[in-house]
Amino acid sequence: MSAAAAIRASGLTRRFGAILAVDSIDLEIAEGETFALLGPNGAGKTTFISMLCTLTRPSGGTAVVGGFDVARESLKVRRTIGIVFQEPSLDDLLTGAENLRLHCLLYGVPPREIDGRVERMLRTVGLKGREGERVRGYSGGMKRRLEIARGLIHRPRILFLDEPTLGLDPVSRRAVWDHIREMKAAEGTTVILTTHYMEEADGLSDRVALIDRGRIREMGSPEELKRRVGGDIVRLRGRVAPQDFAGLDFVREMTIDDGGVRLAVDDAPRRLKALLDRCPAASEVEVRRATLDDVFLKFAGRPLKNGENAPRADEESR
Amino acid sequence: MSELQLRWNAIYALFLRETKVYFREKERIVSILVSPLLFLFVVGRGLSGTSPVPATTYEQFIFPGILSMTILFTSVTYGLYIVWDKRLDFLKEVLAAPISRSTMFVGKSLGGMVGGIAESAVLLAIGEAFILRSSLAALATALLLSALVAFATVNLGLVIGARMRSMEGFGLAMNLLTWPMFLLSGALFDLSKSEGWLRLAAYLDPFTYCVDLMRKALLGWSLFPPAWDLAAVLLFAAGGMALGIAAFGTLSQAD
Ligand SMILES: Nc1ncnc2c1ncn2[C@@H]1O[C@H](COP(=O)(O)OP(=O)(O)OP(=O)(O)O)[C@@H](O)[C@H]1O
Ligand SMILES: [Mg+2]
Repeated sequence: MSAAAAIRASGLTRRFGAILAVDSIDLEIAEGETFALLGPNGAGKTTFISMLCTLTRPSGGTAVVGGFDVARESLKVRRTIGIVFQEPSLDDLLTGAENLRLHCLLYGVPPREIDGRVERMLRTVGLKGREGERVRGYSGGMKRRLEIARGLIHRPRILFLDEPTLGLDPVSRRAVWDHIREMKAAEGTTVILTTHYMEEADGLSDRVALIDRGRIREMGSPEELKRRVGGDIVRLRGRVAPQDFAGLDFVREMTIDDGGVRLAVDDAPRRLKALLDRCPAASEVEVRRATLDDVFLKFAGRPLKNGENAPRADEESR
Repeated sequence: MSELQLRWNAIYALFLRETKVYFREKERIVSILVSPLLFLFVVGRGLSGTSPVPATTYEQFIFPGILSMTILFTSVTYGLYIVWDKRLDFLKEVLAAPISRSTMFVGKSLGGMVGGIAESAVLLAIGEAFILRSSLAALATALLLSALVAFATVNLGLVIGARMRSMEGFGLAMNLLTWPMFLLSGALFDLSKSEGWLRLAAYLDPFTYCVDLMRKALLGWSLFPPAWDLAAVLLFAAGGMALGIAAFGTLSQAD
């Protein structure tokens, strides 16, 4: 893939005083790939992206984005990328349409095309009809959708999305996903996204990297990662203890988990009987496929409190 | 699109943004006019000072200085709004855009001039109605000069804005820079009759030449030859621009 790498980082590092925010990351992302960065708060995702976008100077290492060096050819890098920031960055004294138009001018969209693109983009993110209002009066989700529209409107070859769907309702989130997929199909855009919604990473990305304390801890396709955790998760409640399952080689991992035991198991449906034999006093059992949530919990080092359910307000299954 | 075309579009975008924001913030437009009007009608009329210019009242004498002051204050306030932008994060969108810092500076600088010119036009109209008796040509020249003074002072404001970290520095910049520049410029008194040290300070103050040039335009009288004034103002503008582009080169969100 190295010939067509959209992004190549080697030894990319960033320090903030004593804090090592990004610790010597080596990474190649292929052209047309969708790549998700997952990791706990403060893991270094935003800092990493920000170096690739030429907004933060690396303390060490190099990165090439779209064929250009981020340190020496920042202007050329900027012409090939689009960014949706984690933090809000709209001009709230301007209207939605004005924000988009100004962005187009700044990013070199031919003036003749601007009106058409603004129209289409507004429709895509569901803001048609509200474009003449000042952004100050938009709701949080409307602002977010406008920021996404702005990041996409100049049709970048490489798109960085830092928690793009933060604060969006499930319907809007889906609409954004659909649009990203369409855009990729039509233009082969390379997408690098960070998210705390595991479902989003699972559904959109070809590959996922788990970052913690500035380093990539685990990387692979969502399927691979889930297999690495153990394909299935079994939760047992009632009178059970982890030592009940000692010596079972198909049990990859056992953890105490709110009021019961949580097991990562290969091929749980076939092994369920063997498991239950070990804990006849269990009162409740739940079997499900491993999700990226489980991957996150296992590999992200410091498990997030309630990390399993907190970011999954939209529990509908895919 | 050619490189030049891209650059021009970006400058236009920044200019447009500043213009729109300026005309949408009515409170700012009005509040900046308060102190010049106080100066003109309270100090100018109440103080009953004398004018060194033959056949002019004190009010008329100080008018060009007050006009210049308005532009100076508008410009510096504008520059300080960059700090506001930094905090509001809008700046990030511009900082991340594929434009060079000099393009960004020129766009911001042109955008900032709009405010100074607009305030100046309002003040000239008020002045013509109540104080001045200038010809239309003189008013037009003064407006043209306003653009030049706006350009020079906006650069100054942008340098401060780019360097400053918080809005708390606002008062500091105003008190340490803007007021001394204005008061030392001889806007309110006759420099040729003042003490040596004061005169020296005034000669070193670039704003003195802005005021003097404006006086020439409106009253037909100036302390220095207008060509000197013009040269000094141009030098002031060029210096500010160089400093500004340098300051913008290192401008980042983290500042
Ligand atoms: N401008 C800065 N100055 C000082 N420290 C910083 C700065 N930016 C980031 N850091 C530190 O770098 C580390 C990584 O931060 P970063 O924003 O990259 O995390 P993140 O993975 O994006 O987290 P989140 O999921 O919360 O967005 C944190 O410890 C943070 O405090
Ligand atoms: Mg982040």
